[in-house]
Amino acid sequence: MSEVFKLEIVNPEKSFLLKDKVSEVVIPAYEGEMGILKDHISIISFLKPGLVKVFETGSNQETYYVEDGIIEFKDNCLSILTSKIFDIKKIDKNALREDLAKAEKDTKNNDISDQKKYLLDQKIEVLKSLTLN
Amino acid sequence: MPSLDDLKKRITSVKSTQKITKAMKMVAAAKLRKAQESAEKGRPYSEKMNNIILNLSNSITDKENAPKLLSGTGAQKVHLCVVLTADRGLCGGFNTNIVKKAKSFFEKVKFEGKILKIITVGSKGYDQLKRTYGSQIVEKISFKDSKKSNYSDAEIVGKKIINLFEKNEFDVCTIFYNQFKNVIVQIPQEQQIIPLKSGGVKKNSEIDNYEFEPEEDEILSNLLPKNISTQIFKAMLENSASEQGSRMTAMDNATRNAGELVDKLTINYNRSRQAAITKELIEIISGAESL
Repeated sequence: MSEVFKLEIVNPEKSFLLKDKVSEVVIPAYEGEMGILKDHISIISFLKPGLVKVFETGSNQETYYVEDGIIEFKDNCLSILTSKIFDIKKIDKNALREDLAKAEKDTKNNDISDQKKYLLDQKIEVLKSLTLN
Repeated sequence: MPSLDDLKKRITSVKSTQKITKAMKMVAAAKLRKAQESAEKGRPYSEKMNNIILNLSNSITDKENAPKLLSGTGAQKVHLCVVLTADRGLCGGFNTNIVKKAKSFFEKVKFEGKILKIITVGSKGYDQLKRTYGSQIVEKISFKDSKKSNYSDAEIVGKKIINLFEKNEFDVCTIFYNQFKNVIVQIPQEQQIIPLKSGGVKKNSEIDNYEFEPEEDEILSNLLPKNISTQIFKAMLENSASEQGSRMTAMDNATRNAGELVDKLTINYNRSRQAAITKELIEIISGAESL
């Protein structure tokens, strides 16, 4: 079965993750969650704060929290470029709470643009769900 | 003719200097390995980013309405130069080389009658530039406290640049840094980041096949500011690797020179000691003879 494609996650410091065989990746694209399977059309999009879910062959699933980023899918290779990414299993909840508090403070500021507000709201939502459990 | 005691003192002082330079060399070598590693690890990100932007800018049909960060303001009146240097000295020609490169660019800009604005990142660059170009320096940034160059530092610089751009403070932005080639060779670079210079616009059918979500211009306007930070970060990583490399070679040379000096001084010291002994002997013998 060759329903797999290549996934590459890079952040500015290093190549964060490289997998040759993933069957599906769900990304929090700007206009909504997007599942990517093999032979998806070439696409470029950017991310909002949210969870990237990586499904490997078998039932392995890994979840990462990303804050922003760009994705490019081409020739069955998905590249995710992000400046902030964590594995949610290894996440530091205290740091998240700090982030959450900061985001909540920022969103009360009325000067920010609608786009920024939207992104912040998304961030708060995801962070809340992460810090709860 | 220095006395024996003086010579002895000089030898010990040179020896202790040698110890320091040797230690600095070791430290630089250890840091270099790390810095080089992170510079190499950081490359894929900036390369990917460049690729995506290249693809995007190729598929933008309406060049007139393209984001200003890409196409420029149309004018070339005000130049902003970001000079990235180290915060510490004793690293050979590292800082001087960047500053030299920047200065020759400044002169060119001035000669063409354009307005010059400078941001210095790293205190050594500021020290070297403040005398001649003090009035043109709009901002000085220093990351003395952060041990390793990290992305959030680069983002701070990037945001400052974008803020200035949005206020129409400048038209063209160029950054100066040292590219790390190997331990001995670091090449000072100038790179124009606003408007973005796409290296050789390729046009083939494959590129046009991308689907964009949301629209191209929206992605671009989101991506370009990030690209600025990324380019700065890349420059910072290259710089820190170059700094350590440069320091290592400089300190290696210093250690070797100190060694040579110690040898020379020791010969000198031994000779004068010998001479003193001979002199004393002659005195005793001639004293005995005269009896």
